[in-house]
Amino acid sequence: MTTRVLEIRKNVLSKNDEAARALRSHLHARGILTLNLVSSPGAGKTRLLEELLRRMHTRGLRPAALTGDLATDNDARRIASSGAPVRQINTVNRCHLEAEMIREHLAAWNPGAFHFLFIENVGNLVCPSSYDLGEDIRLALLSVAEGEDKPLKYPTLFNSADVAVITKIDLAAACEFDEPAALANLNAVRAGIRVFRTSAKTGEGLDELIAFLTAERAARTPA
Amino acid sequence: MHELSIAHALVETAVASLPPAGVARVLSVHVRLGALSGVVRQALEFCYGMATENTPLAGSTLLVEEVPALAFCPECCADREVGAALALSCPVCGALCKGLTSGKDLDLLSLEIELLETPADGGA
Repeated sequence: MTTRVLEIRKNVLSKNDEAARALRSHLHARGILTLNLVSSPGAGKTRLLEELLRRMHTRGLRPAALTGDLATDNDARRIASSGAPVRQINTVNRCHLEAEMIREHLAAWNPGAFHFLFIENVGNLVCPSSYDLGEDIRLALLSVAEGEDKPLKYPTLFNSADVAVITKIDLAAACEFDEPAALANLNAVRAGIRVFRTSAKTGEGLDELIAFLTAERAARTPA
Repeated sequence: MHELSIAHALVETAVASLPPAGVARVLSVHVRLGALSGVVRQALEFCYGMATENTPLAGSTLLVEEVPALAFCPECCADREVGAALALSCPVCGALCKGLTSGKDLDLLSLEIELLETPADGGA
């Protein structure tokens, strides 16, 4: 019996990474800034998107959204109330989105020209961290009701994020949210991370987030 | 739990790396798994058998090499293990470490294969 060892040295997710790279350059060529929103279930991704997209759509900033869930199209229907184009991705029990799912859904969709693509990932603080979706910016949401130590409990996900968004800030006092502790914990796992404090209910922080996204798109899109 | 998806991706990567002919069977699959890869070793091992069913990898052994999470400490001028908790302070001197230097690994390193026996060349 002859045996041989084949050296491979390849990332197991290289196929997803290649699909993500291709998607990123496809979207860049069209002047689209892509955002991947990750958080635990119930942190307020859908509610934030409803309000963010409503404001951006009204101001002619041309947002669009893909929303991922294991089942139902409830989130797509909620976000569609903003007036912006929205499409649901059902992952059929898969716990995360992959780049190929984004490509397929974009290919089968004709929302007209848009400038911002928001991808609402499946609510999960573990699995989505491994999958590049071709996004420019990964936003990790943390609601004030979840506890300040979430970043320490799920360091891989918060470490993979570019921006942290604290949500439901209007409930901070009721939840006895210790904001300095939350900021310290975010910085412990991702030093210098940009943090936005938002409330989709009162509108606090949303215009700052929109201004940031608009500036990011301008910086990446050739004049 | 996305280890089944990871196991499928591993199988796909391995099968694509096999030579087109001459392989009798795959004996073992060697992977490197970082402490911060987001993948749980036991769950991956549990899913491996299912993912390899009816593929050229069926019956092969999964060999996992665990890689610690290391970060560079500028005070010690050395890589220090920061653990999966990712608190980026040096366990030796307490200084804030720079970036991670390892721990996110999720790599297929090598495949051990058994070759088909070819009839010995006739010759002079």
